[in-house]
Amino acid sequence: MLKRTALFSAHQKLGAKLIDFGGWEMPVQYTSITDEHLAVRNAAGIFDISHMGEVTVSGAAAAEFLNQLLTNDIKKLTPGLGQYTLMCNERGTVIDDLYAYRLCGDVYFLVINASRIEADVAWMQSQAAKFPRRSEVTLTDASHNYAAVAVQGPRVKDFINDVIPGASISAMRVARVTDLKKNEIGGFKFEHQSVLVSRTGYTGEDGFEIVGSDESIQHLWDKFLSVGAPFGLKPAGLGARDTLRTEVCYPLYGHELDEETTPIEAGVGFFVSLDKGEFNGRAFLAEQKAKGVKKKCVAFKMTDKSAPPRPHYPIWANSASVGEVVSGTQSPSLNLGIGMGYVPPEFAKPDTKIEIEIRGKRFAAVVVPKPIYKK
Amino acid sequence: MSNIPSDLKYAKSHEWIRVSGDTATVGISDHAQAELTDIVFVELPAAGRQVKAGEACAVVESVKTASDIYSPVSGEITAVNAAVVDNPALVNTAPDSDGWFYKIKLSNVAEVNALLSPDDYKKQIGG
Repeated sequence: MLKRTALFSAHQKLGAKLIDFGGWEMPVQYTSITDEHLAVRNAAGIFDISHMGEVTVSGAAAAEFLNQLLTNDIKKLTPGLGQYTLMCNERGTVIDDLYAYRLCGDVYFLVINASRIEADVAWMQSQAAKFPRRSEVTLTDASHNYAAVAVQGPRVKDFINDVIPGASISAMRVARVTDLKKNEIGGFKFEHQSVLVSRTGYTGEDGFEIVGSDESIQHLWDKFLSVGAPFGLKPAGLGARDTLRTEVCYPLYGHELDEETTPIEAGVGFFVSLDKGEFNGRAFLAEQKAKGVKKKCVAFKMTDKSAPPRPHYPIWANSASVGEVVSGTQSPSLNLGIGMGYVPPEFAKPDTKIEIEIRGKRFAAVVVPKPIYKK
Repeated sequence: MSNIPSDLKYAKSHEWIRVSGDTATVGISDHAQAELTDIVFVELPAAGRQVKAGEACAVVESVKTASDIYSPVSGEITAVNAAVVDNPALVNTAPDSDGWFYKIKLSNVAEVNALLSPDDYKKQIGG
């Protein structure tokens, strides 16, 4: 039996096509992936992201624990600020990528991938059990308590203050939602309950992610659709979410990231703070950074007319198979085949000519800088 | 609500066929294009190729996935529609007409009788 989010009946009412995504019955599209994608690029889109997991970590030793657990430096976070970070094992390979927010003092809020909730929580608990100051850390899987939406696109700032009016009451204190800057998070009153609003997203556009109770998010969904409609807001599914994030080269766990891959290989070494002190995987990652990697995640564009590249298609260079596509699609913004894949570092430089094997035939492509799409 | 022209016969796998003498035109149904949405690529068989009924002989790709297209009948491919290769969106806008895939010379005309009538196809897709 697939799990359903608090917005399931809203998706049904809108006639969404539903798919199994990591054990969740989620909307892949409402009308068309292309239309939903372009709505987000040009106006606005709203996504159900209630399947994602939430973990709270609090206590006097919370920051010290998180700095051992995660690659980015949690001490850079002032209250009301969030950061992209990764959770690695001792081998420096990725258990999950996530957002960590500092809500206030010693209270941290982690947003993790739906497909990784069980693995992440088990890993965090095992790490907490080994942590010397374990009595000063409280770790709670709050995934069941929350629903969430992402509202993304250049027009969102023009109507979100009408949907969630007023000043914040916790975390980052601002007079209105649009006063939040990138990566900031604030608690706001919405219909007598509080919701957490962060200026973050997974599309490459300006936008916000909102976490709250099932009831709050159901009401927010309806209010966003009615208030946002005149601005071009459309409900958008996981299909558009995937094409949007692929165009801007954001990694997706299970594609660019897994337990056989390090953040350095994946090209997200910027979020690994080697100089913050000891943390899981540090020794291995420091060595990799110094000595180099055996595989690198590159972005590419098709230069031959071809079918869209797809995950697991072989990548060829110099007449040899050198790697594999991990994400690939037809880019709705650029109207050509794009993707990401792993190749040895000698083929990772932009402008390197490569080929993608599609159903037994090879088609020309070129390595390009990330992101593939930029306004 | 899908458009199901009365002069077509259908395969369970959502291809249509329009028979004229011993040749036929093949495409995919309005229902199939609506399910796929956003068709971005069509790969067609080479003219002259012999195909068997039920054989995968073309590929249609939406933004999300690649889907095989199965020939509803056996025979020799006599022509393919270059227009849908150049402009795959034709399959979305005109699946029963300009969005046709290929023409085939039937090697066994009796196979046509085994295909679904428009009414039976309508029942299959719950329309």
